Amino acid sequence: MANIISDETIEYVGILAKLELSDEEKEAAKSDMGRMLDYIDMLGELDTDDVEPMSHAFPVQNVFREDVVTGTDIRDQILKNAPEEKDGMFVVPKTFD
Amino acid sequence: MSDYETVIGLEVHVELATKTKIFCGCSTEFGGDPNTHTCPVCTGMPGSLPVLNRQVLEYAIAVGLATNCDITRYCKFDRKNYFYPDNPQNYQISQLYLPICRNGHVDIRTESGVEKAVRIHEIHMEEDAGKLIHDDWLDASLVDYNRSGVPLIEIVSEPDMRSAEEVIAYLEKLRMTISYLGASDCKLQEGSMRADVNLSVRKAGETEFGTRTEMKNLNSFKAIARAIAGETERQIDLIESGEKVIQETRRWDDDKECSYAMRSKEDAQDYRYFPDPDLVPISVSEELLDEIRSREPEFREAKIVRYAEEFGLPEKDILLITENKHLADVFEETVACGAPAKKVSNWLMVETMRLLKENNLDPEDIRFSPANLASLIKLTEDRTVNSTVAKEVFEEMFKSDCDPAKYVEEHGLATQNDEGALRETIQKVIADNPQSVDDYHNGKEKAIGFLVGQTMKAMQGKCDPGSVNKILKELL
Repeated sequence: MANIISDETIEYVGILAKLELSDEEKEAAKSDMGRMLDYIDMLGELDTDDVEPMSHAFPVQNVFREDVVTGTDIRDQILKNAPEEKDGMFVVPKTFD
Repeated sequence: MSDYETVIGLEVHVELATKTKIFCGCSTEFGGDPNTHTCPVCTGMPGSLPVLNRQVLEYAIAVGLATNCDITRYCKFDRKNYFYPDNPQNYQISQLYLPICRNGHVDIRTESGVEKAVRIHEIHMEEDAGKLIHDDWLDASLVDYNRSGVPLIEIVSEPDMRSAEEVIAYLEKLRMTISYLGASDCKLQEGSMRADVNLSVRKAGETEFGTRTEMKNLNSFKAIARAIAGETERQIDLIESGEKVIQETRRWDDDKECSYAMRSKEDAQDYRYFPDPDLVPISVSEELLDEIRSREPEFREAKIVRYAEEFGLPEKDILLITENKHLADVFEETVACGAPAKKVSNWLMVETMRLLKENNLDPEDIRFSPANLASLIKLTEDRTVNSTVAKEVFEEMFKSDCDPAKYVEEHGLATQNDEGALRETIQKVIADNPQSVDDYHNGKEKAIGFLVGQTMKAMQGKCDPGSVNKILKELL
């Protein structure tokens, strides 16, 4: 494995992903991530000098919708996805900002 | 303090005036019950597919053209990743790599006469987040996603401003430009325009920038001015006492007139942007640019010059009328119906403004038609109604856009042009009020006002006070 993931990196990625990993899980994640980076590094072996950078795989552009209201009140269905609801709203852990 | 210079750049978020959200057909209307304007797209359900609202693109381009930006002809959306419950996807769809507009500028002029250009780094399109409400009972937060997915543009300036005055002039300029385009109503108080202030200080003459902070929660021009003064002082105090300014986001508390740091250090600001695979790239054609250019309205600066030349209005009138494009439209259309410009301006500045204020309305809410205002002005010009009656008719017109001529006829409000009847009434008033007549003859000029009033009352207001005055003086 050419890419070695440090303890600091896995800690940081854990913070970004809001994941709490046990020591065992961290070791496993470090080796998985290293292998993934090795795999991605294979792309670097290709000659891409004449290839245009792209962000999408399909040659499709300009897909729009018109500014017309099509939505209806489906709150009851939407709220079924809430872990808990109150007064028509999603209840989430306390946040402050 | 004076040997420091304040350096300010602004990030301005503007809510676009579309009927629907940026990526779904949910209504953007204010005031709906919580979560009644939501769907799988704007609540971030897996498998839902966002599709760009064409109007959002057109408004963003219109603002970019009006602020002298280069329009990015091939642009796309990126995902900005962060976890917060107001953002159900765990990423905000925004633009990092290829924002729709770049390298613009606006010319500003401050109250004290400073003229300069403020450069615009970029303008990008993005979606708004939901609203969090704290619930004391549950000691939890409640989320309403009605605002989630409402279209925004973020206008990022270069650090070109040096005072609160310049910042306010810049914001005013943006507000006027964008509201004239109809792209947003730009109300700071209601949050349809929000400004974050990036501020640093440096010793005068220094060429390097100091460390900046970002200030949020500024919802009036006054709050912005106070926050700039407060933050400038805080940073200078830190430097003077040998401490360092820390780059951070601060929240301004306008009641306490101070700010405090918003995010803790553990909260990594690493958004891991990447192109949004759900949204295909946008290619802006020359035809679309031409079409948007051709719809560009006459802006306020041009109107101010033209109104002075074409209508000879006083500056005060011109500034008030052109403050709002809709008001300017009503003015121009009423004049086009044949009414004298100054008369129209007076009706708009005095009675219209009074009624708008009393009813807590905006100029956009004006319901009377320019044709009806012109017709009312005509009725006063040819003395069919006196000014008191005209105001009464106008109040009704303001409410229901009634036809003033018809209203006057139906309610018998026309001035009595029968001079014989008027003379008769005046003679009776003189006979009934010997004391006032004596007072008048003894040099009390004011006494005549009472006699005019008595005559108007006897005529039920349906006469011209000028004529009453004239006949009274003649008979006395």
